Amino acid sequence: MDIKRITSAAASLLLCAGLLCSCSGSDNTEAESTEAEETEAQTLTVEDIEYYTRFQNDNLSINVFNWGEYISTGADEGTLNVNAEFTKLTGIKVNYTTYASNEDLYSKLKNGGASYDVVIPSDYMISKMINEDMIQPIDLENVPNFKYIMDNFKNPAYDPENLYSVPYTWGTVGIIYNTTQIDVPEEEIDWDILWDSTYADQILMFDNPRDAFAIAEIMEGFSINTENGDELIIASERLKEQKSVVQAYVMDEIFDKMASGDAWIAPYYAGDALTILEENEDLAFVVPESGTNLFVDAMCIPVGAKQKEAAEMYINFMCEPDIAFANIDYICYSTPHTAAFDMLDEETQNDPVSYPNDDYIAENTTVFVNLSNEANAKMQELWTEMKSAQPEGSNQWIVPVFLALCIAATIAILIRRYIKNKKDIF
Amino acid sequence: MKKLRVFAFPYLIWMVVFIVVPLLMVAYFAFTDSSGAFTLDNVADAGQYTNIFVRSIWLAVIATVVCLIIAYPLAFLLSRMKKHHQGTMLMIVMLPMWMNFLLRTRAWVTLLGNTGVINSILGVFGLDSVKMLNTEGAVVLGMVYNYLPYMILPLYSVMVKIDKSVLEAASDLGCNSVKTLFKVVVPLSLPGIMSGITMVFVPAISTFIISRMLGGGSNLLIGDLIEMQFLGNAYNPHLGAAISLVLMVIILLIMTIMNQFDPDDQVLM
Repeated sequence: MDIKRITSAAASLLLCAGLLCSCSGSDNTEAESTEAEETEAQTLTVEDIEYYTRFQNDNLSINVFNWGEYISTGADEGTLNVNAEFTKLTGIKVNYTTYASNEDLYSKLKNGGASYDVVIPSDYMISKMINEDMIQPIDLENVPNFKYIMDNFKNPAYDPENLYSVPYTWGTVGIIYNTTQIDVPEEEIDWDILWDSTYADQILMFDNPRDAFAIAEIMEGFSINTENGDELIIASERLKEQKSVVQAYVMDEIFDKMASGDAWIAPYYAGDALTILEENEDLAFVVPESGTNLFVDAMCIPVGAKQKEAAEMYINFMCEPDIAFANIDYICYSTPHTAAFDMLDEETQNDPVSYPNDDYIAENTTVFVNLSNEANAKMQELWTEMKSAQPEGSNQWIVPVFLALCIAATIAILIRRYIKNKKDIF
Repeated sequence: MKKLRVFAFPYLIWMVVFIVVPLLMVAYFAFTDSSGAFTLDNVADAGQYTNIFVRSIWLAVIATVVCLIIAYPLAFLLSRMKKHHQGTMLMIVMLPMWMNFLLRTRAWVTLLGNTGVINSILGVFGLDSVKMLNTEGAVVLGMVYNYLPYMILPLYSVMVKIDKSVLEAASDLGCNSVKTLFKVVVPLSLPGIMSGITMVFVPAISTFIISRMLGGGSNLLIGDLIEMQFLGNAYNPHLGAAISLVLMVIILLIMTIMNQFDPDDQVLM
């Protein structure tokens, strides 16, 4: 027992250390490579100082709610602490908190309680929030830096008139695989490798229905935004077939499991995948030819924001070329910002993973839009059904027998007590 | 005595605000739809997840039984040790609880993984690696590991009160050790067994993080299901509330059954 405890304690300690190292380590390499040439760029210059100093003496503060690890924090030398720079420039304090998923953000906003001034949800969540009047239009007059946003990211499907959102980052979903175990040329890798029984038990899969269904839908040739009940059922059948070869349904754990070689194949978001690739040289990332989901995370202002103008100022600040570059350099995702893109080194600019060519994007990628409540509920139901389905061959009768025994035992005991109590009376 | 009642008020307020009101809110959510109208659909919908309920109960029962089997002899030996040894041993039992719950569970992931510590050791001896992580067994293991102290402590605290002379008397009157165990020790330690079972079973049946980490997402338990309704893609607090209501009823039922074993009619819920 002791030994076990000590080993596990040691294991977890090691693990923590490992995680810490990997978090900072991955960014270090990135920072170092660019630091030499870009030290100048990492100091801040803004175009219009007066715009930012309007509220200098008003002692304002704004609440920003963002994904974890999704902003430059200045933790590495030579990078900017974006929030601190904002406060320094404008005198507006930033209360910065983070969330782990769109749904997390949604339930926090829906339940009320906290008020946020800036949030950064993904595409489909933005359209859902627009439909439910949870975010308010942004006055783009107050966000002059919107001019830097690439044209193909303006007026997106999730916000057709571009009233509510300013894009922050984007990326695609692809497949990470271990090249030492999988001897298939890169161009032949497609989504069906996630169903390949030769790699049974070495495959990881998304633990969220929207992303998982999208993969199945692409394979079936459906739209990833389909609301057709029959198509959803067919997709879920496909996911059910996959279940026997899947090692685990996970999200962030993909980092660990892929980097340590515990699993060989997993789908994931390009930006995070690049971070994992830096940790383990055997890994490679490919965006399948047959198509994929292109996601965009964009800045929005929730209804009920207390400091709308300050929030717009923050959004504008995030679109300052220097700041946009500092962020993108830190988090490895792709940028929709023209000036920040120009600042990247050539290698990154031409990286087919981060910046696939426009033809590929136009033809093979689709952006999620929000599904109707019925379609969402249907998908959720199918997903839970798929995940909770019993593997074949497991003992179905054990539990009913056990329950019956429990009830029988209870009755027996009750009767015994009854008899005993009667005896006691006499 | 009457005056002392005043001191119960803080807890009374606490109880109303943080226990009774939330329970009523759960019930309210369970029986209404998103527009606030009364409906039984949520509870009916919870029925489609029967196999998840059954699996949760089953795994929690196994974990509880394993805990009892491990903890009972340990607690007995512990209670018969010299006083100062007892203190040390108890501390060792408590030691893992000083470490964060998530971390303890996470450690098992590194131990059980395909390229984890145990399989690497097996590999050294030329044995094939065994699939341990992401199975129901791993979930049960996680439950046993995390909740074992909750079984040991109540058992120990009851057993330490069993006087040595009672055991001596039993053997004087001709009981062999097996008979002493079943005629004297077990009946006297019943309250400890009951509260131990309660303290292991209830958290085990409602856990979600253990099954998430060690079950690989394909061994859903009720806890995972509820979590999905509140923080997941589904976001359906009404269904989530209905499921947790069903869970409460299941626990209530099982605890009532368990209480039948208790000689003193103590309420241990």
